[in-house]
Amino acid sequence: MENSRRNFLKIAGFSALGVGTGPVLDAFAKEAAQATVPEYQIKKGSEALTARQWAMVVDTRKFESSKDLEPLVEACHKIHNVPKFENKRHEIKWIWEEEYHNAFPMKAAKFVSEKIEHTPFAVLCNHCENPPCVRACPTQATFKRESDGIVLMDFHRCIGCRFCMAACPFGARSFNFRDPEPFIAEKNTKFPRRTKGVVEKCNFCAERLAVGQLPACVEKSKGALVFGDLYDPQSEVRELIKTNYTIRRKQSLGTEPSVYYIV
Amino acid sequence: MKDKKIIIAGLVIFLVILFSPFLYNMFVNAGSAQPAPELVLTEKAKAAEACVRSTEYMKAEHMKVLDLWRHSVVRNAERIYVNSKGQEFTMSLSNTCLDCHSNKAEFCDRCHDYASVRPYCWDCHIDNPKEKK
Repeated sequence: MENSRRNFLKIAGFSALGVGTGPVLDAFAKEAAQATVPEYQIKKGSEALTARQWAMVVDTRKFESSKDLEPLVEACHKIHNVPKFENKRHEIKWIWEEEYHNAFPMKAAKFVSEKIEHTPFAVLCNHCENPPCVRACPTQATFKRESDGIVLMDFHRCIGCRFCMAACPFGARSFNFRDPEPFIAEKNTKFPRRTKGVVEKCNFCAERLAVGQLPACVEKSKGALVFGDLYDPQSEVRELIKTNYTIRRKQSLGTEPSVYYIV
Repeated sequence: MKDKKIIIAGLVIFLVILFSPFLYNMFVNAGSAQPAPELVLTEKAKAAEACVRSTEYMKAEHMKVLDLWRHSVVRNAERIYVNSKGQEFTMSLSNTCLDCHSNKAEFCDRCHDYASVRPYCWDCHIDNPKEKK
């Protein structure tokens, strides 16, 4: 009797071991098979432009009147499906014109040179190195992209709380108070629109950089806007910053804007 | 145990009521379910023969593919998707998916209506203007 119980336990133990290890081995085998033939791979396009921190230098000496700036704004707003609202309170803008004393309120003296006073300043999102809007966003819809320093938005995630608009000291963000669709004159099917209740702003043409093109405004500016890597000492932007006196908007706030202005 | 009969009768009635929707579908309404919708492929989609992944996978998991695409394009700046056959695709709903599947009403909508899901992709990702009515 004792002997058979002992045998029974032995057999039961071995069978349990066999049943138990089967699925584990199967899982390992599956994993090994997957490792050899991946279902998909994801990579960067071969012609994509890369940088540690994209930056822009605006040579304001090359802008005489609003007329020089208009084509830039138009090109940007057209390819990005930015709606045009007549009502100023609904206005959506990615890049626009500002006067010196509004663009640089901390620099404007009581009296400034006539030339500067009449120069149109192209202003846009500064793609700060220390962006306050990113810290304010509760859903991480807006974020600082590690790979190239662009402050980007994932419109799908935006819940329209507008904390980022309150946080941005440059007024670079606009809110879609209305459905923008009927107010887009010419739709660009290559780029998505936005919906009502979403914040939007300049994206440094991330979609163009990915296919090896410079931002639309830079392309249209005939050399007045220069784009490049801020941390590449050989880049064109660094060369301009080295050889010219440049200013940045509201530098004292410590957001480290990446858009430099030659005045 | 005097009420045994009443209790059992009550239980049977309760179970019949509980399962009545299933019973109704099984016996009275049998075979009246809507047939699965038939999808129309555009000429371009027919010519391509295969989608990014197998048809079965795309049918069941296309939303997961789109989620992955969005994440890697927007957050990681990686735009090229290479499938197991080594084919490369630009990860873009507007420019890759909707380029082949430009017949929203006959392709996307039919299934979505059948499954009673209402994705709002086309609020922003412009569906082909040719299909607009």
